[in-house]
Amino acid sequence: MRVFIPGDSAAISVGADEVAAALAELLPDIQIVRNGSRGALWLETLVEVETPAGRIAYGPVNPKDVQSLVDADFIHGGEHPLSLGKSDEIAWLASQSRVTFARVGIIDPLSLDDYRAHGGLIGLHKALMLEKISIIDEVAESGLRGRGGAGFPAGIKWRAVAQTISEEKYICCNADEGDSGTFADRMLIEGDPFTLIEGMTIAAIAVGATKGIVYIRSEYPYAISMLQKAIDIARESDWLGSRVLGTTNSFDIQIRVGAGSYVCGEETAMLESIEGKRGVVRSKPPFPAIEGLFGQPTVINNVLTLSTVPMIMAQGADVYKALGVGRSLGTQVFQLAGNIARGGIVECAFGISLDELVNTYGGGTLNGRPVRAVQIGGPLGAYFSTAQFDTSMDYESLIAAGGMLGHGGIVVFDDTVDLAVQAKFAMEFCAIESCGKCTPCRIGSTRGAETIDLIIKGVRVDENKRLLLDLCEVMTDGSLCAMGGLTPLPVKSAMINFPADFNGART
Amino acid sequence: MNYSPWSQERAVALLATLREERGAVLMALQLMQREFGYVDKACVELIAQLLNKSRADVHGVLTFYHDLRTTPPAQHEISICVAEACQAVGARDLEREVKTKFPQEMRVSYCFGNCALGPAVMVDGKLIGRANLEKIEKARQ
Repeated sequence: MRVFIPGDSAAISVGADEVAAALAELLPDIQIVRNGSRGALWLETLVEVETPAGRIAYGPVNPKDVQSLVDADFIHGGEHPLSLGKSDEIAWLASQSRVTFARVGIIDPLSLDDYRAHGGLIGLHKALMLEKISIIDEVAESGLRGRGGAGFPAGIKWRAVAQTISEEKYICCNADEGDSGTFADRMLIEGDPFTLIEGMTIAAIAVGATKGIVYIRSEYPYAISMLQKAIDIARESDWLGSRVLGTTNSFDIQIRVGAGSYVCGEETAMLESIEGKRGVVRSKPPFPAIEGLFGQPTVINNVLTLSTVPMIMAQGADVYKALGVGRSLGTQVFQLAGNIARGGIVECAFGISLDELVNTYGGGTLNGRPVRAVQIGGPLGAYFSTAQFDTSMDYESLIAAGGMLGHGGIVVFDDTVDLAVQAKFAMEFCAIESCGKCTPCRIGSTRGAETIDLIIKGVRVDENKRLLLDLCEVMTDGSLCAMGGLTPLPVKSAMINFPADFNGART
Repeated sequence: MNYSPWSQERAVALLATLREERGAVLMALQLMQREFGYVDKACVELIAQLLNKSRADVHGVLTFYHDLRTTPPAQHEISICVAEACQAVGARDLEREVKTKFPQEMRVSYCFGNCALGPAVMVDGKLIGRANLEKIEKARQ
């Protein structure tokens, strides 16, 4: 008899630890598994019990509900007002196509037995029997693109590293998930850390790397601790180390923790930070695949990119690319955030509409007011209006609509939002987080915030709007990296899609 | 949060564990802050010597990262997320309330990855979702 109570930090933030403690006191003999979250964060704390008929879910459970759950004999699936029926039949979850997140919320994150029982390590074992080039071919064939935001094909990046001759190569996992509205990297690491380790190991074997580094932001203390435990377990079980699963391959992983800098999510700033320096971006070329960490060839991929590789190796590229549309193949882990009634993880094939995500899955706003705007892809992503809700959610369609997918976060705002204020924040955030290397970003962001402030105050509105657009052009074309280069995206999209908010002084 | 009182001997002993680590300046500064709650000004020289860097290099890293501070923290640390997803559910109002009530303890942060259950606040390392003043006060007890 096992009861599942998520140990995910989002669940903990709304009382999962207290629920677990209350239950352990009432029923000291039952086994409580602290699983990851299934991603229906609006149902947290989601308590599940294993029954002969499958897992039965209850939620959202508050600590004060535990006594009544026990009274209702929930450990045998008893009826209760919070009963949600079988977990696998909750429509919000059942209608998704979970690939990268297949095990998250299902397994005990630190049980290798659980991991193996749910298909873990099949991909790595397969990769160990293949020629290196065949591993890369398989990843390339799957169409997997970088999930960090840039969408660069993973197979091409790996091939460049594999073809660069060096004694020393690195696999760097970018877990500096700084975009507001995104939390998939965190949830994957907290809910299924072995998947990431397996993906990194496969990448290492494919390109001939022996060292892996995961750069995690300091804002994720729970994820850091979970990943460290998983790495320790992988070392003890001869997965990581000098003989990977009994082969002659050597690979180990180290965690490096960020220090509160957003720009360190930019890949070259991240490399500088891992090298212990100021997180100042590098000029490209040389690309990190040729000269990356400590000047050596380096694969840099996002958590979700690497964590999708094991499934591709296990089930084959064809299965993965059967999902999706156009050149956006496979699934995307969307994250519904902000003012939203049913927020959380929605993993589904590319091509779902924005409306389906925000309204069908998300259920509109949390406070019941009308949705007015959504920001897609983090602080550097565009603001969309409800008139654009039929947009297909894939890389190309979003670019065509004047936005970008980024890391797949969708932040919902109600009708009280002032888009000029949001645009000003975009510039302010850039000013705070700019690494300072290039002028358009370092100074343009401050001038941008000042100019929007004048527009909000009604000072020479038309002139300042022209000036702002001109500044946006300079930042877009003249910045060294995406920080300054994409900050104009939320600003300009707000001006285009919500012109009424830029008409001068507030009344 | 519990931190050790500043001790140069303790600092030297801790830093020695990083001697073999490649590119360890940031790690060294983080180690100092984890132990003492802040990076004492004496650390710049210690780290520079240990890792064969200039003091300017170490100072440059120390002043780049938002996390690092050079003065001891207040007894409690309240970090409130004011990024977009939390703004959408009233983080700015909460920021004002907390700032009025606990001006010495509050700092702002940009995202704890709890964006579906905002406003998100971290109190002494514990994450709080759907945060309000009452929950924050309870967590800091």
